[in-house]
Parts: sequence; structure tokens; C-alpha cells
Amino acid sequence: MPDAMTGPAALAPRLRAVCGADGVVTDPARRRTYESDGITYHSAVPGIVVLPETTGQVAAVVRLCAEHGVPFVPRGSGTGLSGGALPRPDGVLVVTSRMRRVIEVDIPNERAVVQPGVFNLDVTRAAAPHGYHYAPDPSSRQVCSVGGNIAENSGGAHCLKYGFTVNHVTGLEIVTPRGDVVRLGGKAPDAPGYDLIGVFVGSEGTLGIATEITVRLTRAPQRTSTLLAAFPTMDAGGRAVSAIIAAGVLPAAVEMMDALAVEAAEAAVRCGYPEGAGAVLIVELDGAAEDVAAQFEAVTALCRAAGAFAVRAADDPAERARIWKGRRSAFAAVGRISPAYIVQDGVVPRTALGGVLARISELSARSGIRVANVFHAGDGNLHPLVLFDDAEPGAAERAAEVSGAILDLCVEHGGSITGEHGVGVDKACHMPRMFSDDDLATMDLFRRAFDPDGIANPEKVLPTPRLCGERPGVVRGEHPLVASGQAELF
Amino acid sequence: MTDFPTGAETGPPSPRRSFDDLLGDCVHCGFCLPTCPTYVLWGEEMDSPRGRIHLMAQTRDDVLTPEVVQHFDRCLGCLACVSSCPSGVRYDSLIESTRARVEAEHQRGPRERLLRALVFALFPYRRRLDLLRGPLRAYRACGASAWLRRSGVLERVSPSLAAMERVAPPLRTVPALPGRLPAVGRRRAVVGLLTGCVQGSLLPQVNTATARVLASEGCEVLTPRAQGCCGALSAHSGRAAEAARFARATVETFERAGVDTVVVNSAGCGSSMKHYADVLAEAGAGPSWERRARALSARTADLTEFLVRLGPVAERHPLPVRAAYHDACHLSHGQGVRDQPRELLRAIPGLELLDLPDPDLCCGSAGVYNLLRPDAARELGDRKAGNLRSTGARLLVTGNPGCSLQIASAMERGGHPVSVAHPAQVLDASIRGLDASALLEDAP
Repeated sequence: MPDAMTGPAALAPRLRAVCGADGVVTDPARRRTYESDGITYHSAVPGIVVLPETTGQVAAVVRLCAEHGVPFVPRGSGTGLSGGALPRPDGVLVVTSRMRRVIEVDIPNERAVVQPGVFNLDVTRAAAPHGYHYAPDPSSRQVCSVGGNIAENSGGAHCLKYGFTVNHVTGLEIVTPRGDVVRLGGKAPDAPGYDLIGVFVGSEGTLGIATEITVRLTRAPQRTSTLLAAFPTMDAGGRAVSAIIAAGVLPAAVEMMDALAVEAAEAAVRCGYPEGAGAVLIVELDGAAEDVAAQFEAVTALCRAAGAFAVRAADDPAERARIWKGRRSAFAAVGRISPAYIVQDGVVPRTALGGVLARISELSARSGIRVANVFHAGDGNLHPLVLFDDAEPGAAERAAEVSGAILDLCVEHGGSITGEHGVGVDKACHMPRMFSDDDLATMDLFRRAFDPDGIANPEKVLPTPRLCGERPGVVRGEHPLVASGQAELF
Repeated sequence: MTDFPTGAETGPPSPRRSFDDLLGDCVHCGFCLPTCPTYVLWGEEMDSPRGRIHLMAQTRDDVLTPEVVQHFDRCLGCLACVSSCPSGVRYDSLIESTRARVEAEHQRGPRERLLRALVFALFPYRRRLDLLRGPLRAYRACGASAWLRRSGVLERVSPSLAAMERVAPPLRTVPALPGRLPAVGRRRAVVGLLTGCVQGSLLPQVNTATARVLASEGCEVLTPRAQGCCGALSAHSGRAAEAARFARATVETFERAGVDTVVVNSAGCGSSMKHYADVLAEAGAGPSWERRARALSARTADLTEFLVRLGPVAERHPLPVRAAYHDACHLSHGQGVRDQPRELLRAIPGLELLDLPDPDLCCGSAGVYNLLRPDAARELGDRKAGNLRSTGARLLVTGNPGCSLQIASAMERGGHPVSVAHPAQVLDASIRGLDASALLEDAP
């Protein structure tokens, strides 16, 4: 426990002066409701919680932290799946859920300016009356915050065609770990100089807190068609995906779910997927009406050729919504078929999908741990759901082992340990499997350029001895590049 | 949208799951947050369903501090989170058990105790409410009401009393319902009508309209004299024993009536009656009562649900009016009844049905919530009023007396009074061929 005199609790009166009595949470039970974000197997009770409403308040809170060397952790809606918003008992949790104003919808320039706590879907809701939407669409879009999306560079089903969060941010106002308010970019695309927006998006709260975000709005397509295809096996579904891409079609989304994931989604939202499918493929096509019609024919034929036993089209919004509801609810829906589960996130080259899935089945059979598969098949982004019973002794450990082994498989096949959920605390110890010590040391140096005192979301993203155990080559003390004169801290 | 179990399953009673077991269903995904009215208002975890479930788990074996209890008290019980939960968490059961625990273990302040005693000594009792009708009418007629509202005195003395004053409707006298109303034409069903306490006393014209519509559609309508409160207000406030007492009496009343269906025109009552087995189990009633409760639940239907199932026979006459339909939480989230009222309204020639923005957000009435937490209720009422204004509707249609009074009061406060009617009144006007203006004047 941090000392009440020196820890974050000592900052309470000054934090109240900044955020108001109502904006500071000190009561232990109330504070504890913030102990986890979207994954509950990481938990830590924050030393103190603040709920600022303005950029000025965020900056003042961070300046107080910097002055007193108290760590801070930013948090949006608390839906993250890598423990990126895991609080610190010795730190301040800065929650942006009261900063939820859509500041401006600028249709002529195709931009929206929002506060970080705005729900992702609310950007689309604000733009929809004008025929626009905000393209990055994580499955939790109705609740996840735009600020959290910035931190994790979140993706979603439609990122195959439209790109990730980073492709849709043109301007940021950030509070740096020293408490300075800095503006990067604006409404115009491609500001000259270093791509600092590119640096900040995906930095998982380690480089500061975004307090105002300018995003690109995308014109709603003339036509959207969604197709649901059922295959006897995952392998057949995978073949269809490869055939579609090989034919030169770029769908807005290509999603695949296996039988177990379909079972969960059906139980949760009765989405009406075809019965008896070993794999269900959702293909969404959008664009000019003529193009969509032609592509739709082609994709239907390719699915049938790959062995689809049922292909259903959904042109009306209600039917489309039901199909997507099943997919979007899949993670939480698994709660209906398993007492506990781990949502994994990894990437493999699309061509390796079949091989990796086969290896995952083997892993599952060997360990007796069920794995449900949901994934963005178009870009090889896997979301295996590792199911276990937390009441059964040892099951959680075995599940964690399977989950980790899946990431090893991804790396082994030339992929990545995360596609869109971020590294957070959950995967920090996996980073050395992808990066050399030199790589990690350079990243650390980069981070220190923004945060010399290491108070911004510490122990996230990069592995530390406390987190991952002693490992030769982990940097402590003076940085080797600094020691050798190749770099300097400023 | 997840269909909420109606409690009308007729199979063998499933074993009641323990509180701890139900708590374990939450996977902390947060999908409930944007649908929760208090999270929408205050944006803090403790005032979201996910946060409240966390607090329930935390305090499972611990004392309930006032800091924790305030967050349970602030929950409106609107059940929007139950509709939005992909994991099927039974928040309705969780909060009802928690409220019973709060009532049993937590000592409230004297002011709060007095207010609650007053509310629960009045609202569930039709006769006591009826006694208030005379004074209330005199008070309205003498102009004291307008003076009191302008002065803001009541607001300063007690925001709860002010809220009570604001939502009290102008009263109308209608002839009492006969114990038996014969069907018009061929008899298609025999139904019992629950008259309710607030509906029956403060909005009696809704019950009259309901009975007339049912009769026109070929139903023989029985209105048992002996009926009292259904217990919904008590159950939703953690007064388990009181709720069970009311529930048992209601079960007995309608068992004796010998009807095919019990038709309910108040969303909160219907939702509670469809979960009578839970209400009785919460108070420790035995299996035989649970069976009787289940049997009654299976025969309970909301008016609109019942009419759609029955199919129309009475002719609908044109009713040219721009109307917006407001989903009462205990109809949409509590009973999964969303399409039926819309279907009935759309079938009326000339009626233009408008969609309200944010349809799933509670209007703040929530049983007696607007009396116990007037500030939050007022803010939610203002939001709903703003959304209603944006539609340009002249008439608001909704199936719960609390919502009617709350929204009418919010619109009046905002300087845009609007007419409010129950779907039964709209159908009644159409079937009887009344002019739309009658409906616009007739509303509370």
C-alpha cells in the first residue's frame, strides 16, 4: 500500500481543487470498481480516481503527478482487452468518461472534432444525418471511447478496406507526461515534418493523454450488401477467403466464425445463422451500386465453389444488423457457453490461416481447453476465445498457456502478437518474442523522450523485470545508447 | 435485441440460481454502460450496471456503507442493461435481491426514512390515493398549484414533494368500471383487467378506454372489485415481504375470477406480474405458491401484446394525428414488448407514427424514482422532452402511467405542453370514430 502521506492519496485535496469534489474518487469500494478494464484477470485498485471534464483539468492533474513523481494511467470506457488501462495502486487513474462532447461536425471538410470520452458509435451517429460515418468500428463501438481507440490504434471488421484508427485521425490535442498541452496536425491531411500523430496513435497512454481528436469522416457508400455463407469446415471457409482476395475483390469486411463461436452468438442474440455450419463467413461489399452488384455475384460463386452449403444475402438494414449483431456480440456471448474465457488477438499472413487454425485445434485437443474462433479473415487477424472454468483448479493456468502458445504460433508463421487490442500489460512479456533487445531498447529510449520520468502508464507495452522476471539484456539504469554517446536524453 | 424471458414459461420450474451464481455471469465487457441512464448522466463506473455488479460482488460478505448504497439507490431499475447484455446477466434479479438486502441491513437517514414511509403508505393503496382526489382537485381549481409552482417554495422545502406536486395530473371523473362488461358481437375471450393503483386512481380514463377496446374486440371483460396493488412498486424498491403480500393477493383474486388472460395496461405492473415466482421466492414463499405464481404469470399479458395476438375485428376509423410512441422501460426491456404497440398504432388510418431519438433511454419516472431522486429524474425527463420536441409530435403515446405523468410534466416545465395518451385511449378513439382533437384535449 502506498503511504498515505506521500502516495496519490496525499494529492486528493489538490486534485479536488482541480476537478471538484465530485470529480475525485477516494472511497475504497468506489475506487475498486475501476480495478479492471475489459479483461478481469488483471486487476489493481487505483490509488485515486479523477474524472476531469476539460483539457485544462487533465493538464493540471498530469502536472501534479509530474511534480510529485506519481504515476498516472489514462482510461476511457474501460473496454480494452489488453489491460492497457490497468490502474496503479500508487497512481492516479485519469478517466475521460465525462469528456464526451462532440465539439464539431464539419461536413464540407469531412471532419469531426470530439473529446476523448465520446463513444466510437456516437461519432457515426453525429455524422449519419449528413450521409457520413466514422469508419473504424471495433466490435465494442457502442461503448468504447475514441480516446481509447487512439491509445490502442483500434481496428474493427471494416478495417480491411478502410484502415485502422491511425488512418482516420488528422489532428490531436494531447497532454504530454509533463502536463503540457500540445496540438498535432489539424483538419488538413499530412502535416509536414515527423508523423507525430502516427507516433501517438497506438502509444497506449505511454506518451500522454489525447484530449481532443479530429477524425476523418467517410461518406456512406451508395450501396452495401452483406452475404452470409455457411461452410462445412473452417478450411473450406478459409479457401473461400483466399479465392475472394485472389479474384481482386476488396470487400469492406470478411469475417469468419467457427461452430463454437456461432453457438455462443446464437445463444446470445438469436442471429439466425445457418444451422450445422463448421464455419460461417460474413462478407460485406460496399461502393457504387453497379460494382457491388457485380462483386456480389462473383463472391457468391466463389463461396459456392469453395464448398458453401448455404449462401444468404442481406440487403435490408434490419437483416444486416442481425447478422452483424451476432458477430459483434461474439466475445461477450461466449459468457453464455463458458464460465470464463480469454480473448486472444494475433495476426498471421492470410495464407497461413489454414495451417495456424489446424495447429490451434491440435493445441485445444491436447490440453482439453476449448477454443472458439472469431476473426477478421480478410487481414489474417485472429481472435481465438480460450474457454475455461475458473472454478476448476489449474484450468486458468492451462488456458493461459494455450493462449500464449497461440501467440507463439502467430509469430512462428511470420505474424504478430496483436492485431488491434494492443500490448498493454497482458502482452508486454510477449514483446521479446517479436523484437530483439536492441529493438526494445530503442523503443524505450523513444518513450523516454516523451516521458523522461516514466510516469505515463508505466509497465505497459514494454517488458520490465518486475512484470516478466529477470531477463538478460533488459535495460536498467543508464541507457546503453546514451552511455555509448550514440543518443542523449533531453 | 435480446429477448427478455417473460417469466411465462410453462415448463417445470427451473431451480432458482443463487445470487453468487448470477453475479458470475458478468464478464465486464461494458456493453451496458451507454444504455444506463445514470451512466449517461454522470459518466462514472459506480453508476453503471457493470460498476453496480462490481459493488454487489465486493460487498457480498461485507457491510453496506452509505457510499455503496447510494449507487444501488440511484439505479432506476429500467432494465435497459438487461436488453443490451450479450452475456445474459440477470441484472433485474441482482438489483432486486440487493435492494431487499439494503432494506434489511442498511439504516437510512431520518429524512429518507420518512419520505419512503410516506410514499409506500400511499401509492400501493388505491383507496388512500382516491381519498387524495378531492383535495387535489380543489387545490388545482383554486389556483394554488400555479402559484406554488411559480414561487418555487416547495422546491426549496423538499424537491421530492415538489416532484410529487409536478407529476400529479389534472383529475377526471369517469364512471366506475362494471364488474363484467360483455363482449361486443361474438365472444372471443374472457379476460380479467388489472386496474392498478396509480392508473386506477389518477388516470381512470385509461382503464375505461382499455375495457371498451377489449369489449369491441370481442372480449368479455371482468374487473374484480377486490383487487389491490400488484406489488410492483414494493418489489422494485426492495420491500420483499410487502411485495409478496400484494402478489399473493393478486394471484388469488385472478384465480377466483376464472379468466383466460389477465390483461394489464401498466408496464410496471405487467413486468412484475410476469416475474411473480421471483417476487415470492425473494420473500421465501414455498413451491406451491411458486407454482400458482407461475401459472398466473403465464396468463398475464400487456394489452398491446394481447390485442396483436387476438387480431383485430373492430373497425378503425381515421385519426389524423402526428404521434410519437415512447417505450416504457418495463414494457420494452422488462417484457420485450416493442413491436406490438407500434403495430397497433400504425394500423390506425391517418395516424403518423414518429420515432423518438434515443428510444431505449428511461424518461426518469421509474416507479417512485422521480419522488425519491427528483434531481436525476428531472434531468432525464428534460432529455426525453427534448427528444420528443425534436419529432414535432402533437401526441405522445405510452403504456405506463408513470411515464405519462413524468413526460407530460417535463414538457410543461420546458414550456411545450404536449398531449399524452395511453395506446388504449388512441385505439378507443379510432374505434369509436372520435375526432383527433378529442384525444388531444382528453390526455392528462
